[in-house]
Formats: sequence, C-alpha cells, structure tokens
Amino acid sequence: MTFLPENPAEAAYEAELMQRIKSGEHDLFYRLIQPYDRRVYAAALSIVRNEADAEDIAQDSILKAFRHLSQFRGEARFGTWLLQITINEARMRKRRMRARAMESISDQQNDEGDYMPREFADWREIPSESLERKEIRTALVEALSSLSEKYRSVFVLRDIQHLSIEETARVLEISPGSVKTRLLRARLMLRDFLSPGLNGQWSATPAFAKGNKPWE
Amino acid sequence: MGITCEAIWRESSNYIDGTLSPDLRQSIDEHIKTCQACASVLAGLQNIVTLYGDERMAELPSGFSQRLHRRLEANMPTTRRNFFGWAVALAGSVLAVGGIELSRASHQVPDSISKLSQPLAKPIPPDMQVVASEKGRLFHLAACPFIINRETIRHMTASVALAEGLSPCTRCLSKYL
Repeated sequence: MTFLPENPAEAAYEAELMQRIKSGEHDLFYRLIQPYDRRVYAAALSIVRNEADAEDIAQDSILKAFRHLSQFRGEARFGTWLLQITINEARMRKRRMRARAMESISDQQNDEGDYMPREFADWREIPSESLERKEIRTALVEALSSLSEKYRSVFVLRDIQHLSIEETARVLEISPGSVKTRLLRARLMLRDFLSPGLNGQWSATPAFAKGNKPWE
Repeated sequence: MGITCEAIWRESSNYIDGTLSPDLRQSIDEHIKTCQACASVLAGLQNIVTLYGDERMAELPSGFSQRLHRRLEANMPTTRRNFFGWAVALAGSVLAVGGIELSRASHQVPDSISKLSQPLAKPIPPDMQVVASEKGRLFHLAACPFIINRETIRHMTASVALAEGLSPCTRCLSKYL
C-alpha cells in the first residue's frame, strides 16, 4: 500500500476534499483522514508505547489537523503533514509523562559506530502464519518496545507502515541518511533480540537448510 | 575474499531493500555461500522485515474508527451537512474493523472532549426530552440520524443527560451550541 497518493487523480481528489472542507463541508474531513488513520495511530504508538495514550494522541492530532487545516499550504502532502503533527503531539505528551516513564535499556542506543550483530546461529525462519499465535505477536511487540524512540519510530514508519525512506525522513524531519542508519540498527537489534526465541521453538516448519537463502 | 563481514553487515539493510549496485550484491551473494554468520544475519533481517511488514502487525485497536468518529462528531462545528460523506466513510471503517466493538467502552471518548468543546451559547431546556445510547457519550434528539447503537437508546431529560456527564450532539442540538 502506498502511503501518499502517487496517482495524480488521487492527489487531485484529496486537494478537492480539502478545498471543500475549508469551504465548510466539515463532514468530509473523516473521508480525508481515513486512509491515514492506521499510520497516525502507529506513529503515536511508536513514541509513547501505550495503546490508550496512542489512541488519544491520534485523536488529538487528527482534531488538530482539522482545526489548522486552513494553515495547510500544500508544501508537503497532507499525509506527511498529518504524521508530522502526530509525531510532535506524541513527543510533547511523552515529555509531560516523562516523570513516570521508564525508558528502556536501549536509551543507551546511539548512532555512534557500527552495530555489530551478536547472534550468528542458523536463523530459523519464523513463518508468517505464526503471527496467528498471540505469543509470537507479543514477542515482536516486546522486541520493538525494547528499542529507543529514535529507532522505533523509523522502523515503524518504514517497515510496518511502509513509508519510503524519503517520506520517513520528511515525517521525522531528519535526513534520509539518518533514516537508513537508524533503520539498519533497528533491524539488527530486533534480529538479535528475537534470535533466542527463534532457535526452533517458534518455528512451526522445519528450519531452512543450511546454505539455503530464504529471502530469495 | 572480496568483501568483509563487517562491510556486509553495514550494507545488510540495503541488501534486503534491494538498493545495492549489481556488483556489490553479487559480491555479497558470493560471500554468504561460505559464510554462515553473514547468511544468518541476512536471513534474520529478511525474516524481521517480512514479519513486521505483515498487515497483522499494523492493526488498529478494535473500535478505533468508531471512537474517532464520535470524537470528531463531538468537536466539529456544525455547518453544511454531507451525510453521504459520513455514511460512506463510516461504513468503510465498520467493514475494516469488523463491527462495533464494545470491549473497550471504558476508553470510548477521552476526557479532553469537554475542554475542547465550545461553551454553550444558550442553555438547553432542562426538561427537553432527549435520548442517549447505552455506550454513547452524547445525547441527542430522538430523530437525530447520528445516533450510534440506536437499539440501546434510553429516554431522559436534558438535565439528567447533563448530570450523567453526557455531551450534547453537535448536530441535532446545534442551535444550543
């Protein structure tokens, strides 16, 4: 699924919706934001890591976008602008909650130097079907939670919400190079985090043969 | 050896994303034929990207769209209506989420509604008959087309509704807002 309307007709439809909303047809706003609601929620969750807070932030951000729609000039696309509002809203909320927030051990995670993988055992592929199992999904969510915000937000936008490198950079207001660096580290850290559970116990199918490349 | 393990780890993300030059990709393909560690790293990364990229990892909480709809409904100024727009959008969200979900009723409408709502322009007649649905946070005139869970509505006076902490519907009660 493409994040932003690549199709000129879709972009024009979105522009028309915005014009009509600004002219007073406020009810159309729900139609405008609906394609982005998952991403807004996921972006908020990537910052605050609490579902109830993320939903509240998503609603606040969408309302804020509605109230400030007249300020939207079209320099960025609407989806990017909406996600920027969400990220800022989530960060502000997180700052307010910080006193009671326990940051993960991965606060020490930083961009300095290369990240070296730690686990080199034969990787046993976790089949996608295993996502039907709650414990697998829980393990993936916990692994993601172990990352610090700057890696988690890049990973969520890029690998879960499928934004491009450039779109992720625009939303987070960082350079595409930083997105790539953080994405690499996030993926490697997740792999290391999940490796212990992958030595057979989660694999519902036989491990791929040594030398076989499952990504092909 | 044309390429080191460390260099491969640095490029592993780009390898998975398919953004490497053909020459570099070929060097890595050659390397991992004999290097189990690098093969493990790349296989693991690909699996990570596949698993987290699955749409099941991007699901919205049950009832999210309904709660968002209600929040917007409660906070938008009433102007020209486009009921068709709402109906199409809401129908889509109901299909996407798979029906109205009541299990998260305690989180249906955040408290911040009250602070965001505009003050009443003139008081609602306290004895006016209104209705509210079982899990709703709004009260409406009985004929309002925007009542959710209509089968569960209760009849009451406006003063009772306000005393219960319910907010007036911004559509059917707009003349009081």
